Amino acid sequence: MPEQCEVAVVGAGPAGISAACVLADHGVDVVVFERGEFPGAKNISGGVLYGHDLAAIIPDFADRGCPIERNIVESRLWYISDDGGYSLGYRDRIFGESRRNNVFTVGRARFDRWFAGQAAEKGALVVCSTVVTDLLKDSSGRVCGVRTDRDDGDVEARVVLLADGINSPLAAQTGFRPEPEPDHVALAVKEIIELSEKTISERFNVAPEDGVTIEILGSATRGMNGVAALYTNRKSLSLVIGGSLKDFMRQGLKPYELIDDLKAHPMIASLIRGGEPREYMAHWLPEGGYNQVPRLFGDGFLIAGDSGMLFNALHREGSNMAMISGKLAAETILKAIHRNDYSSKTLAAYQEALNHSFIMKDLKKYRRFPGFLEKHRQEIFGVFPALSGMAAREMLTVDGMDKKKKQSRIWRSIRKKMTIAGLIRIVFDAWRSVK
Amino acid sequence: MTSIEDKLFLNRFRVDATPHLKVLDPQVCVRECREQPCLNFCPARVYTIGENGKINVAHEGCLECGSCRIGCPHMNIEWRFPRGGYGVRHKFG
Repeated sequence: MPEQCEVAVVGAGPAGISAACVLADHGVDVVVFERGEFPGAKNISGGVLYGHDLAAIIPDFADRGCPIERNIVESRLWYISDDGGYSLGYRDRIFGESRRNNVFTVGRARFDRWFAGQAAEKGALVVCSTVVTDLLKDSSGRVCGVRTDRDDGDVEARVVLLADGINSPLAAQTGFRPEPEPDHVALAVKEIIELSEKTISERFNVAPEDGVTIEILGSATRGMNGVAALYTNRKSLSLVIGGSLKDFMRQGLKPYELIDDLKAHPMIASLIRGGEPREYMAHWLPEGGYNQVPRLFGDGFLIAGDSGMLFNALHREGSNMAMISGKLAAETILKAIHRNDYSSKTLAAYQEALNHSFIMKDLKKYRRFPGFLEKHRQEIFGVFPALSGMAAREMLTVDGMDKKKKQSRIWRSIRKKMTIAGLIRIVFDAWRSVK
Repeated sequence: MTSIEDKLFLNRFRVDATPHLKVLDPQVCVRECREQPCLNFCPARVYTIGENGKINVAHEGCLECGSCRIGCPHMNIEWRFPRGGYGVRHKFG
């Protein structure tokens, strides 16, 4: 391990590796520290990645052996009750043709390893099995390197990029990002369920290399503010369910029981039938939104990706924000190197660049969304799924009763649980939170 | 249906003999913590009730999510990353 470098990056995920690629492309001496045995060993996401943003770092990623699982041609949204649910989907031939690989699934253990390999090819040094335990600071408090858990583990650097993810004791310990509150993170668990390539293609009605994403809202989270998802990989399915950590604490639910209940849901059970569970993982998602994003730069350091809470919960976009924030951080570092000034004055350009990008614009647009879900979680994740399921079930049952009578019965059941004013309030709040 | 033990058995772990998790004061869990939410929300069931109501910590199966660090109502859990290269190792991710 070197004793010094120009740029030290903490974490070999999408943010850190994107930054390392850009810096190494410009001949900068960059070292990435990864606590896992290999890049990706500790990493997990739902599994969706975005080609447009990856191409900003590696333009010819598909030709460079990027481990794409399936190209997504159809996105479905389910709103489920205990016994059934609504399904809405959109498929378009363009996603199989000219916009191929705009959205695709990955397994992060393989993808991150490949991505880090690209950075290494460009000249970045990726040091694995190494935890950054503290940041080095000079007498004026400026960050000037990292302390690792290796013997003689101090490495001096002109600037440090913190890209160590949402669960970052380092950020909390150094005070650069406060420890998140339980209602600012979602705790998610994920199972990899193995099935044959052919079975997956048949069940999801797709060509061998194509796939489907299903986002699932409703009673699966037992009234918690949360979401579930089922994504197709080449030879496996990713099943994910998560909820606000605060809600988990409030309701005493066990994550592993929640995912087992989901597997038994009739709409899921038929899709995973005969599959073999292969892996079980857990991770946080940053759910605080715009209001929880900390100051992302200071004297001698920058913060990118999940570590900076850059995550759009509504559109399940996180890895793209990580990649682009890593790229923008690297471009700011290049300016700092050019000026030989690593103070917050120069590094502030990073915040400017983020503000002008889709990242802060989207986070700002949806800044009221986390509050909306928290405020109405009991209706959205409890009352509505049951009522809407009952309404559809009754309307679709042919039993000789006239439709007007059915409608008034349904309406009476709804009115027992909800006031009209309450309904209007929710619709208004929903519109306001995403407008 | 699989038990949590079955689920953890699917994973690869390189277990460090030195735990990376520690209950700071076991008596706080027994005397002051009525809810004991860690028993439920921990996705790896690291925390279970042992003798005399004390909390047992099975750090070997920890999935390193961090929830107990911020979810303990008494901030009674010391949490650091396992040493470099140790802990859970994802196969698929």
